Amino acid sequence: MEEIRMLAPTAILGYGFPLDSFMRGMEEKPHLIGVDAGSTDPGPFYLGKGKSFTDSVAVRRDLEVILDAACKERIPVIIGSAGGSGANVHLDWNEQIVRDVAAEKSLSFTMARIEAEFSRDYLHARQQAGDITPLPGVPPLTEKEIREATRIVGQMGLEPVQEALNDGALVVLAGRAYDPVCFAALPVLRGFDPGLALHVGKILECAAIASTPGSGRDCMLGILRKDHFLLRPLNPERRCTPESVAAHSLYEKSDPFHLHGPGGKLDLRETQYEQHDEQTVKVWGSRFVPAPYSIKLEGARPVGYRSICIAGTRDPAMIDNIEDIIKGVESSVADNFEETEAYLHFHLYGYRGVMGELEPLQQKAHELGIVMEVVAPTQKRANTILSFARSTMLHYGFPGRISTAGNLAFPYSPSDLEAGEVFEFCIHHLLHNVDPREPFPVKLEQLGGITV
Amino acid sequence: MSDEKKKLRSVAGVIRSKNAGPYEITFDIIFDSYPLFESVVRGGSLTEETVARLYKVPREKVVGIYHYSPAKAVKITMERPRPSGSLGETDVYGAQQHAPLLDLEVELG
Repeated sequence: MEEIRMLAPTAILGYGFPLDSFMRGMEEKPHLIGVDAGSTDPGPFYLGKGKSFTDSVAVRRDLEVILDAACKERIPVIIGSAGGSGANVHLDWNEQIVRDVAAEKSLSFTMARIEAEFSRDYLHARQQAGDITPLPGVPPLTEKEIREATRIVGQMGLEPVQEALNDGALVVLAGRAYDPVCFAALPVLRGFDPGLALHVGKILECAAIASTPGSGRDCMLGILRKDHFLLRPLNPERRCTPESVAAHSLYEKSDPFHLHGPGGKLDLRETQYEQHDEQTVKVWGSRFVPAPYSIKLEGARPVGYRSICIAGTRDPAMIDNIEDIIKGVESSVADNFEETEAYLHFHLYGYRGVMGELEPLQQKAHELGIVMEVVAPTQKRANTILSFARSTMLHYGFPGRISTAGNLAFPYSPSDLEAGEVFEFCIHHLLHNVDPREPFPVKLEQLGGITV
Repeated sequence: MSDEKKKLRSVAGVIRSKNAGPYEITFDIIFDSYPLFESVVRGGSLTEETVARLYKVPREKVVGIYHYSPAKAVKITMERPRPSGSLGETDVYGAQQHAPLLDLEVELG
């Protein structure tokens, strides 16, 4: 095999892509279609609650196009971090969409489902054995986080996906996976260089973001060869340049030279980028440096229920005194509600609202947007405390008050909104001394009758 | 170019912030040209100390500054004040923490 051509339709399954770009990609006779569906960017809620951050109608549209084309050409489709967070409940959600599309379009294929969830008992034992260490900025793991996390996933490496491909799967639905895996698994299985395969995968998982103008909703083609790879956007309005591709190595990563993953790190210190033709960039020199196998664990735990109230003020005296007024409201809430678990917070837009403690500028705008927030053990309790805090602030007396009818402008009636259950990340650790495949069971199933 | 000070936004086409995982935030400054990139690196203004002072965080919270010549970029990574989305969060994606860098005066060396 001289080269492997890989089609990346979209940066996140459900973000969409132009059909023209996709068809242009299919004309290149790709050997695989990869889609990374996952991200922790939208925050802890989606892993904690077991919801997808993408919309099922949008995911279904993307899969209709992708599965139809892949089944015609009999090329594998590999979906990483299904459902966004890649826990079993997310896999169930995405699997049902795959089943619906297969039934509707009468498609036949072998589907592999790879789970990536870890049991509390297993992790507890591994924690006791000292096999779990924190990532930078994270406290050491204790039994408490393992107990409180609603579900805990680990990022699989290449090996479980390779097992599924070896077993004949045409559609691989993987739970939480290291981002480049959906592209790199097949070429490494075929003997291509893992450094180049992981690097091209790292870029392709964001589809056309590494082109200019960049887009996560457009298609990119990766061509991996023995000692280099090529990247080309599949929309004639975009092009890859050495700068656009190199700049992507910075994106969302803490260190541009070393990207750590299961089984080793990608070393980009010697990587070279060169314009190959008008639209295409050639890349070489990326190296994979093996290390003892470790798996990144992720978990989120519930912290209560949130209610919010959005309001504003245009009164100069109110704005001048806002810190004291907030202190007054807080102490009034503390006097009236005994529980200490309730969290009361005021976001002040126009005064450090976006940056909080990182904000160097301390001046206030001529009007302030105020988001009052309460997080309490139940939704009902959060509603009650918010209602009290809101009415206290509305009528709060402060020095120099002239506008005695009310301190707040509300855009909505009702003024208070239930925001539901709240989660926080509590596990972001590495599991060491672990087999690459054992925690990630592969289940195969034939969908839609006999495969040709 | 020497002994000259410039605002970062006058020499960089991209100045952005984004989460690098839920516990870190990273800033990318991509310069308009290789000479400008090299000149800012030589000027030596973009240090851990500068960033710590600008964002009012202890020096050890700035975990790395990288000069990445293939993209003519300087990358700065620091610990988030709290994990993304925790109580007190103001910016879940970390995409709006770049503004103090825009007017930072840097030496051109």
